[in-house]
Formats: sequence, C-alpha cells, structure tokens
Amino acid sequence: MSAGSVQEFQQSLTRLDTASTVVSPNEFETALADVIETPAVGAELPFEDLSLEELPVALEPSPSQLREAVMGVTGSRMGIASLGTVAVESRSAGDEFVALYPEFHVVVVRESDLRSDLSDAFGWLQSEFEAGRRSLILATGPSSTGDMGALVQGVHGPERVHIVIVRDDD
Amino acid sequence: MTESSQPDAERIRTLLETESDEIKQNTRLFNAGRYDAIEGVGEATHEQYRTRAREIKEESIERLPDLIDRTVETVEANGGTVYVADDAEDANRYVSEVVADEAADRVVKSKSMTTEEIDLNEALEADDVDVWETDLGEFVIQIAEESPSHIVGPSLHKSREEITELFEREFEPEEPLDSAQKLTAFARRFLGERIDEADVGITGANFVMAESGSIALVTNEGNARKCASIPNIHVAVAGIEKIIPSIAELEPFAELISRSATGQDVPQYLSLLTPPVDTPTMDFDRADEPSFGDSDAKREFHLVLVDNGRRAMRQDDELRETLYCIRCGACANSCANFQSVGGHAFGGETYTGGIATGWEAGIEGLDVAEEFNDLCTGCSRCVNACPVKIDIPWINTVVRDRINRGKDPGFDDLLVDGLVPDEEVSGTPLRKRFFGNFETAARIGSATAPLSNIVASSGVARKAMESVLGIDARRDLPAFERITLREWARSRDSHVEDPVRRVALYPDVYTNYAHTARGKAAIRVLEALGCEVVVPNVGGSGRAPLSQGMIATAEEKARAVAESLRSYLNADYDVVVIEPSDLAMFRREYEKLLPPETQERIDDGSYEIMEFVYGLLANGADVNALPAGDGNGVAYHSHCQQRTLGLESHTEAILERLGHDVLTSDVECCGMAGSFGYKSEYYDLSMDVGETLAAQFMEASDERTIVASGTSCMEQLDSLLSPGTRHPIELLDPGSK
Ligand code: SF4
Repeated sequence: MSAGSVQEFQQSLTRLDTASTVVSPNEFETALADVIETPAVGAELPFEDLSLEELPVALEPSPSQLREAVMGVTGSRMGIASLGTVAVESRSAGDEFVALYPEFHVVVVRESDLRSDLSDAFGWLQSEFEAGRRSLILATGPSSTGDMGALVQGVHGPERVHIVIVRDDD
Repeated sequence: MTESSQPDAERIRTLLETESDEIKQNTRLFNAGRYDAIEGVGEATHEQYRTRAREIKEESIERLPDLIDRTVETVEANGGTVYVADDAEDANRYVSEVVADEAADRVVKSKSMTTEEIDLNEALEADDVDVWETDLGEFVIQIAEESPSHIVGPSLHKSREEITELFEREFEPEEPLDSAQKLTAFARRFLGERIDEADVGITGANFVMAESGSIALVTNEGNARKCASIPNIHVAVAGIEKIIPSIAELEPFAELISRSATGQDVPQYLSLLTPPVDTPTMDFDRADEPSFGDSDAKREFHLVLVDNGRRAMRQDDELRETLYCIRCGACANSCANFQSVGGHAFGGETYTGGIATGWEAGIEGLDVAEEFNDLCTGCSRCVNACPVKIDIPWINTVVRDRINRGKDPGFDDLLVDGLVPDEEVSGTPLRKRFFGNFETAARIGSATAPLSNIVASSGVARKAMESVLGIDARRDLPAFERITLREWARSRDSHVEDPVRRVALYPDVYTNYAHTARGKAAIRVLEALGCEVVVPNVGGSGRAPLSQGMIATAEEKARAVAESLRSYLNADYDVVVIEPSDLAMFRREYEKLLPPETQERIDDGSYEIMEFVYGLLANGADVNALPAGDGNGVAYHSHCQQRTLGLESHTEAILERLGHDVLTSDVECCGMAGSFGYKSEYYDLSMDVGETLAAQFMEASDERTIVASGTSCMEQLDSLLSPGTRHPIELLDPGSK
C-alpha cells in the first residue's frame, strides 16, 4: 500500500466542491472550532490522540439534537488522495447518523491514513474486513441528485462537506 | 403486416413527441460522461477492469449454488436471515411476513430494480402498508404512477417543469416548487419525515459478498444509507446473480459501475454493509433522550435472494450472460434508438434498453421481450460500452430467433417456403424472411435491371410492398446494377507486375449488385498501390438473415463464405471488405456461427478497405499514386459496427494525409441500421435518429463532400441531406484523377 499525498487529496476535494483545511495535531482543536457551525453533533473520533470532547459538539446526541443540528463531525480512518473519498464507519458512536442528518458534514482524517487511489484503498478494506470491521461507507463529496431536472447537491445526505486533514507531526 | 405485439408506429410517434427531448438530453449526457470518464482513467486501464469483472462474473455464476450456500452461512453467522425465493410471489410473501411480524405500517425503500421486477410495492400495499420510494427518481415515478424509463434514471423522461406540475398538484405546497433546488428540498423534507417514522427499510444490493455476508450499495443521494440505518429492520432484496465471492472481487466493479453509468469515477456513496450493523438503533419516541433516544431495540437484517427465472437462465447457454449485467444503463445510453424513444418503448415490464431483452425473456418470457426486441438494430454500439462485456446484440438476435420459431406457420409461409432459400422454420414472419433473404432479391433484381428498378419503384409495387412486407413507401429502394461488380472485374484486362499483396475483394451484396461504383474504386485504388485484386465468387456473409433473427440461415451463409474463402486464405490472399457490417460478421458474429479455428482464420486474414489502404501506406506504398485532397472539406460518418471494431480512425488518417479537411460525426448510429429504417412502423424513429446526424452535417453539406462507410448510412444521408453520399474509397480513386 502506498501513501497518498495531502496535496493530491486536496486537489481532488476541490474538484468535488469540498473545502479542506490542513492542521498540525496541536492546532487541531482551534482549527476545528473555527469550522464548526452550531448547533453541531458529533461521533467521538476513532483516534487516540484527537477528541471532540472539548468542542461545542453534542456527542451521542438525542434524536432532536440530531435533527436540529446544522453540522455533524465524524472521523475517518482512511482517505483516498486521487478521489477525495473518506470513510464513514457504522460504529456504535453513531457516525452514520451524524454524517447523514445535518446539512454540513465535517470529516477529520489523518495524513498518515491517506491512500493513493482506489486500489490502495481496497488493500486497506481487505485488511479491515479480515480484522472484522466490515461496515462502512466510502463517501465522495456531498450527496447529489439529477432526478429533479438539474444537478442538485444536498439530497438525503449533506449538502456541504469540509475535510480537516491532520498532519502527522510538526 | 406487422406483428401485433411489437411497438407500433403510433406509440413510437407519441413518445417521440412527449418524452424524446428529455430522454435524448439525459442519455446523451450520461453517454458523453462515460466516454470522458474512460478517457480520464485511460482506455487500457478501463479495459483491464472490464476483463477482470467479466472473469469474476463468469466464475461467480458458474459457482452460484456454492456461493448461495456460503452467503446463507455467513449472513446467519452474522446474526441475519437469508431467504432464497423461487419466484416473485414467494419473495413478496416473505417480505410481507417480515413486515407483518413487526406490525409495521410504514416501509421506506431505496432504489431496487429487483423489487420493481417482483412488484413488491403492490404486494405490500395490498396489506395496507404505506410504502415510500426514497430515491428521488423513483419517488417521481411513484407519484406519477408510471413505470421507469431507464435502469439508472427511472424518471429521466420527465422535465423539471413536469415534475413541478406533478408535485404541486399532488402535494399542494404553500410555496411554489419551481426549481430543481426547491423540488429537492421539498422531497428531502417530505421523505425524511417518512424515513424517520418507518419501521422497515428495504434496499436492493448491487453486490452481495458471500465470504463475509456483506452487501454493497451504490448511490448518490444518501437515501440507501438512511433506509439501511434509520429503521431497525433492514431487508435487502437482490437477484441471486448479485453474489460475488468476497470484498477482493468487488474492486473492478467499484471502478467500473459509476463510470459506466453516469461518468463518475466513483459514486457519491459506496456502502459496504455487513448487517446487522453497529450503528445504534434510534428511538424517535424519546426524542430528547441522549444516545439517539437510548433505544434498546435490536437491529434485524433479512437478505432475500430472488431466483424468479435466474437459475433457468443460468442453464441457458445463450441467456446466461445476461446474469453478468450490473445494471449500469450504458447499453441504453449508447443506443441511438433508446436515446430517441427511451424505456417506455424500448423496455419490458421492468427492464429497459438493449439488455432488457435478456432480462425480460428470462424473467417474463418471450412474449414480453417481443414487444420491444425489434428496436435493437444490432448496431453494436453498446458492446464496448458494457462494463462486463456482454454481447447484447447477440442476446437480442437469439431472442429474435426464438420468437420467430415460436410463431405458428400461416398462409404466408406456405407461399414463401417454396420461394426463399433459407433454413428457417415456417412461422418466421414473412417480412423478416424477405429482408433475411435480401441476397436473392438483389440477385434477381440485378439480373433483370433496369426493369426491376422501374417496377419496384412504381406506385403499385410500393403499395404492395408496404401492405405485404411493411416496407415504408417513403424510402428509396436500392437501385440494382445490370452488370455486377464481379462481372465487371472479370471482364477487365488488368495486370499488376510483382504485386506487393494479393487481394480477394469481398463482393458484399450491396457492392456487388447495387453500389458497384465503390467496388470499382476500391479495385483501382488497390491496384494503384501495387496489389493484385480478384473478386472471388463468395455469397452473402449472413448479416441480412442474422439481423432478422434467422440464425440457422446465417450459419449456413457463414459456412459457405468460409468454404469459398478458404483457398484464397490458404494461398495467402488478404480478404478486403468494403461493407463494415459484413466485416463485423467476420470479426464478431462468426465467433458464434463457425468453429473457432475457422473464424480466427477469416478474422486474421480480413481487413476493412480503408484499414487495408492505411496498412499499405504505412508499409511504403506510394501515397502519390492517389489523388490529393487539396484541402477540400469532407464530412465523414463512420458506420456503427465499424466503430465498434475500432476502425473509424483509419479513414480519417488517410483522408487527412491526402490533404482533406475531415469533419467526423459523433452520433452512435445513423438510424437506418440495415433494414430497420425501411420498416413502416419504425420510419419515424429512424428519421428521428437520423436527424441528429443530419444536424451535424447540415451546415457543412454545402462545402463538404459527404462520405459514409456503410450502405445504410449512405442511404440515410441521401434521404436526409441530398443524394450523392459516397464511400470514402471513392475519394481515393485514381480513376477519377
Ligand atoms: S448489459 Fe452491460 S451495459 Fe447494459 S446495463 Fe447491463 S452491465 Fe450495463
């Protein structure tokens, strides 16, 4: 498996109308706080050293909070540089709901988790499947439809996506 | 005399007036998107994925019984349930029971052709269950109470204005829904509430992975994600053919499916789910409780694998390939006829486009396939578009043959049996036999020309042809030449010293009997480039009978051609072909009609005329032996089957090298497609398809010479623009210097 570059990932995101921010681990909280629009909900990040605990984000929200939130924050353990794809895992923290209900989805991904292309991502997927983690969505850009006579973003899923890329180290 | 169950002229006319504009616009957008996306990833890479995907599908269908067993084991080990349903009724009964067990009164669905196939909504509604389609295209169709017009975009025949009108009438919203944004926002809210209140979510599955008991869903809107996660109970309904071994085999399909369908590199969402998933259940009755309402409900998962004719298709050597279909819709988007009329004419009970013939024949039966099968003209533009390399035209031919054979012989047959030298059973419709035996008509027509031409074009004859054979009187008939190309060639005294190559120029039926000019030009060009040319005594390739679904006759012709060409091939002659549809027979269809070695021999030894000239020039033949183009403008339409063989660029390259300024059309087909455009009930459709081509050449037609490589294309262009369309080889003719 080869690593993907932050630069290529960001270029792909631009093509998808998706904003992105690159931060170092110690800037992470401040940078994310800048992106957050409230009311926000979140699923605790699947990374040991990064947490949403201190941010204005409701974790394990109630159904009402979920419906009222304008933004949802989740973490992705994989990103595909050539496509701008991230993963939304079906975890008990409720990532799937947090990523689906609000119109604005913010995804945190670590530089070291970037894969170069879909083929590399499949290598990762296979090892995940072997490890028993077998439910996730590969999400690429905002939800969209052409069914109403023109291309529209924001259908049953988010209308806007913002990716926060956390550099490996300073 | 048209067969009653086929699409009639009236219906086609209505669709051309009502739905055609939207369908053209949307399918062409998808079609262009596919070409661009493939170019983006690189043709060679795309080809590798196709090859791999094809292998996986072949192997999976071969191993299907095992894979079904394995899926049952793994899904059940994960905590889900699998039900293998024999037919639609069985599947519907099972799903109804699951719904009834939960006392569920609301079900939400994401897009699933298989549930359309089994009419699941109707079955649930009969039990008073409230069913909502959440894919916006399906939602539109549900509200309009129509059937899908396209596998991927079920409502793509509807304009934004029509949807606005439909929604405003149905829902009486306070604000007008006069833009795609407003319509989408309205549907999002409306369906969002229904999803939240639903007890059961039903999805399809684009792929089922046996080894882990997982499903893959390909979507852009996010509704399948909601349907699979918000209600506690998830039912996935999929045909048994959707099973592949494991996640490892998913990769080529993940690369192919969206590129082929919509021209996206990947879908917005590729869901890989191994249910029951860990996403917590939600309790909306405790809306203010944290942790999603702190529900203690458990997730439930049911996988319904539907047979409904598929196991029989698996045993059927000709229909089996249909099961490889991943339902991307590329065969519909690349089809000129489909672009004009859409799935409401070119489709059956559920499926639409070229591959629908295979699906409907296997699932519903030949009678349903017969309703639209004639709309496949065999142009073959879908062949390279299909991500799993299904020979869609062949499936259409086989089904046509079966339909012909299923007919009762009537009076016409008793009459025609004695007259036409084919191998078909009585029952094959008279018109099909007429077109299928066109070679005989051409031979007699030529022998009696010009009298035959005068008689054939007389009002009385045309009227008779229209009423008996359904040949549209608005079409010009080919005029036969008294002296055939072969006779002309034999009478010449021509000798090439030390030939660089020896050529057997194949005298296809059109060139030999009707358009001898292009044959003569070909001979002069080849001789000028140092070849010795003979025109051997070889009969029709079998293209004409094959296009009518007369496979036995085509096979007979193929054998005769192989026999006649054998001595030339053995003597190291190159077989050069002018008519692209005949070359396509040699290269593609003979694979089905002849033993492999025989086919390969003919394939390897035969060339399209411009391809051959290109090769001669590349190998040092003197380009100055041919007349220079002097910057003259040429508008070139390459034959559909020629393009499928990848032979369009040779003509462009030669003409440009000679100094012509070439404008090439980019339509999939001229619309004439052999006999298709002659048939009365398809005349309007054929002209509609042709008009797109005409529009591309209209402006250029004053200052450019129009050339086309196929006979039907020439005839179509003659009738759409002005007579005088020529074959490109005629521009190279030194005799015209
Ligand atoms: S036959 Fe091929 S091109 Fe047509 S829908 Fe199926 S997979 Fe797509």
